[in-house]
Amino acid sequence: MGELVTLLVTSVLINNVILNQFLGMCPFMGVSKKRSSAIGMGVAVMFVIVVAAIVTYGLYYLALVPLGLEFMDLITFILVIASLVQLTEMFIKKTSPSLYKSLGVYLPLITTNCVVLNVCLVNISNHYDFAQMLVYSFGTPLGFALVLYIFSTIRERLDLCDVPKSFIGNPIALIVAAIMSMAFSGLAGIV
Amino acid sequence: MNRFQNFKNGLLKDNPVFSLYLGICSTLAITTSVNNGLGMGVAVICVLIMSNVIISLVRNITPEEIRIPVYIVIIATLVKIIQMLIEAYAPALNTSLGVFIPLIVVNCIILGRAEAFASKHGVLDSALDGLGMGLGYTLAVTVMSLIREVLSTGMINLVNPFDETQILLNIRIIPDDYVISMFSSPVGAFVTFAILAALVSVYKNHADQKAAAKEVK
Repeated sequence: MGELVTLLVTSVLINNVILNQFLGMCPFMGVSKKRSSAIGMGVAVMFVIVVAAIVTYGLYYLALVPLGLEFMDLITFILVIASLVQLTEMFIKKTSPSLYKSLGVYLPLITTNCVVLNVCLVNISNHYDFAQMLVYSFGTPLGFALVLYIFSTIRERLDLCDVPKSFIGNPIALIVAAIMSMAFSGLAGIV
Repeated sequence: MNRFQNFKNGLLKDNPVFSLYLGICSTLAITTSVNNGLGMGVAVICVLIMSNVIISLVRNITPEEIRIPVYIVIIATLVKIIQMLIEAYAPALNTSLGVFIPLIVVNCIILGRAEAFASKHGVLDSALDGLGMGLGYTLAVTVMSLIREVLSTGMINLVNPFDETQILLNIRIIPDDYVISMFSSPVGAFVTFAILAALVSVYKNHADQKAAAKEVK
């Protein structure tokens, strides 16, 4: 049990996907301009990752390994992810059209969000058992959503600041990310 | 001429990394040493040229509705081939790049160019576009890894990726006592990237102003 808690804390805070592993930078830059879309994106990514991780984990050990087709992992995983994203997109479009609009192009782009594929691949390459896999696949997008939310609150204020012309937009956002990353690296000692 | 222009734009003005903000995940993560940067750059160039060529070849027979899944499967296949080749012939590079080789599949540059360029243009144009964009990416990661490696370790260390014992270049630029180790950590990656992106934006503003001034005349 203690091991699982450690894994959760590590995947949420210490090995944070965005600030420590640089994954999922595109939505991090793209949908962090407003708090509401940051939350929507965080939840959508969390759903996709948890389901995708369970499905790909099952597929890998129940279908690919017995058949000796381990080298097909990338292709099967990406197909699973693409269809799941399509499903999520249809669901959000039906239930919350306003969220659908504010997420815009970044919703279908969850397919190419490296966090999703990374979680699926790491689950396999680190030989996680089923419980560890669940914890890791839940903790990683939780860390993603957390940082995305904090970042969007900072960015809302950043819009009102006087920034040097060449730094307007993404460059200043990256500087903010650097400072956040520095703050998060201070958490490395807690486990 | 037009073709050459396209090719040149990919290198600086429309640089996929610093100006279009595509493929930043891998750029930030693997630029801790020039060796990694170059290796990743070459892998991306290979995948990008091949995927652009194949997608341009099948562009007329791909149904509009399912084009994205088709592209993704093509790209995933190519990346897997490259990954297996690197694993077999350059194991050291495989360890240091780690999960970022399979993650080329979801590198936005590749799908982005497939969608924006290769699906609308001929084979030769697409191959050139792939080369231009791939070189732009390589240039970006090399410059960034050069800055980070020199500042964080004080030296440039290049080894032959196919044979780790063969050292191609190993020079010290900054004395050991004056290195800034922060630049090898994530913080350094973000700061370096932000400053380089700001520089490219200065260049772009300057070029736009010059073009506008020409038009007025």
